[in-house]
Amino acid sequence: MLKFLPRRLAQLVPTLFLVSVIIFLLQQLLPGDPATVMAGEENDPVVIEQIRQQYHLDQPLPVQYLYWARGVLSGDLGESMRIKKPVAELIVEKLPVTLQLATMAMGFALLIGIPAGIVSAVKKGSSWDIGANVFALWGLSTPNFWLGIMLIFLFSVKLGWLPASGFVSPLEDLGQSLASTVMPAFVLGNAIAAVLMRHMRSAMLQAMSADYVRTARAKGLLETVVVMKHALRNALTPVITLGALEFGTLLSGAVLTEQVFSIPGFGKLIVDAVFNRDYQVVQGVVLVTATVYILLNLLADIAYVLVNPRLRG
Amino acid sequence: MRPDTGPHPVKTAIGPDPSVGVSATLSQPGPARRALRRLLARRAAVFGLAVVALMALLALAAPWIAPFDPLATSWKSVRKAPSLLHWFGTDEVGRDLFSRVIWGGRASMAAGLISVSIAVGIGVPLGMLAGYVGGLLDAAISRLTDAMLAIPFLILAIALAAFLGPSLGNAMIAIGVTATPIFVRLSRGQVLAVRAEEYVEAARAVGNPPARILLRHILPNILPPVIVQATLAIAAAIIAEASLSFLGLGQQPPSPSWGSMLNTAQRFLTQAPWMAVFPGLAIFITVLAFNLLGDGLRDALDPRSR
Repeated sequence: MLKFLPRRLAQLVPTLFLVSVIIFLLQQLLPGDPATVMAGEENDPVVIEQIRQQYHLDQPLPVQYLYWARGVLSGDLGESMRIKKPVAELIVEKLPVTLQLATMAMGFALLIGIPAGIVSAVKKGSSWDIGANVFALWGLSTPNFWLGIMLIFLFSVKLGWLPASGFVSPLEDLGQSLASTVMPAFVLGNAIAAVLMRHMRSAMLQAMSADYVRTARAKGLLETVVVMKHALRNALTPVITLGALEFGTLLSGAVLTEQVFSIPGFGKLIVDAVFNRDYQVVQGVVLVTATVYILLNLLADIAYVLVNPRLRG
Repeated sequence: MRPDTGPHPVKTAIGPDPSVGVSATLSQPGPARRALRRLLARRAAVFGLAVVALMALLALAAPWIAPFDPLATSWKSVRKAPSLLHWFGTDEVGRDLFSRVIWGGRASMAAGLISVSIAVGIGVPLGMLAGYVGGLLDAAISRLTDAMLAIPFLILAIALAAFLGPSLGNAMIAIGVTATPIFVRLSRGQVLAVRAEEYVEAARAVGNPPARILLRHILPNILPPVIVQATLAIAAAIIAEASLSFLGLGQQPPSPSWGSMLNTAQRFLTQAPWMAVFPGLAIFITVLAFNLLGDGLRDALDPRSR
């Protein structure tokens, strides 16, 4: 672990640097003069000049990057052109909403994906196995925004059980908060449940054919004990760490889910910024997303090494 | 003329079995035919292949199959439920949804194929170079790949599409560029696995230049996993295109696209739910078919993965 951690941390530096370069260079894709495009409909030469000065757009590209990177390192992600607020402040405002949604979605994914994977592996070749595999294919092939629209039609329009859109903070009203997030969280968790089910099935099949499971069976233990205590305990660890890597899917999915359910979170922030041509916000959100994703990958790797004695070295 | 040993069959699961004698080899079908036989033996894969073929046919033959002009509005048929005249109903301006779903398939299939072609066209040569040349070039390409993979797929595609400007063409470029690192990583890994094989060593020993070795000896051997990944990537690209069009960053109205049709449908969910059902089903069936075909190809081209 002492050798692993510094090496893994050192690998982060070039990745984070290159991520920041890619995100910074996005601005260069804007057709024409970035300052004019960033000024939007306000075609005022004074505003354009102000933007050019503020973002050092009159400087060579590497110098512009250095100014931008220095700002980012000190927590300054720029200012929203439209809302006139610091991008970092906007992200901090919206992040808790998406985090609540993401946590609930991951809860759904674990609750559905893990048992489905176990049953599928234990009853390999049975109708349960076929059913679980069909479910996984369904989850992987359904666009989550369509699933969201269909669920709104069923549970909000037809049955009137759940609100079709909006978000209530759990601090205001816990019941309403759960009611407003249960559908989007299910939609978001659906695809991840499918991925987890496939991982779980594969890990369980591997564990079930291991020597220690054969030994446990030979000792005359009940099949439930063999599956739950011996096979599952060993199979679950890599699946949980792989689950952390699904965070990217979760964030990508949140963009569409929040749009369908009008949830004012992180995903909606980037979509609104795209439509308002608020490019600083787009860059800021992408940078924060990538950084969080990289750090979660690191945590998943550390967790994997910690629980796997052979890798501790 | 340089001596050439010719392309070698894949040294993985679909390669020749060294234990098989010459006479036996002559009487056996080639690896491609064996793979095809294995693919056709899987019912799910055959279903996927049939649906993909049908969808491609519908998209190509849209001008002859679609019963109505997908852009023609009719104020007399606004939001009509599915009927014998309009199989999928009509939309908020009276356009025939069946015709729009068929024409929308063109955008989706084109986006899937073109964006994955971009990703394969850039990713495979870069990955092969990184794996074969190694050293600083490999380090640079690999770090760039890691960095691109660190940004969630759709978020990067949205950002690229946003900065490039909303259009179907730009959405395809954004999806293609975003999917490129997967092919870089895959082909690099495959090249690393085969570059030390004896037939590559032999080709090098007889004086073949690196470009020839890469194209004639290595590329045919790394193609099977690339084909599998490309098939699965088309499924992901179709969803990504629909997502971008749903957000208004892909196909622009009034041109039909499954994603943008769903965007409009959301506003009329109470009055005309059929507007949301059929474009969504079209995406689901097409993506499912590509996923089934991809899984089947994986099993057929690499039986060890079963």
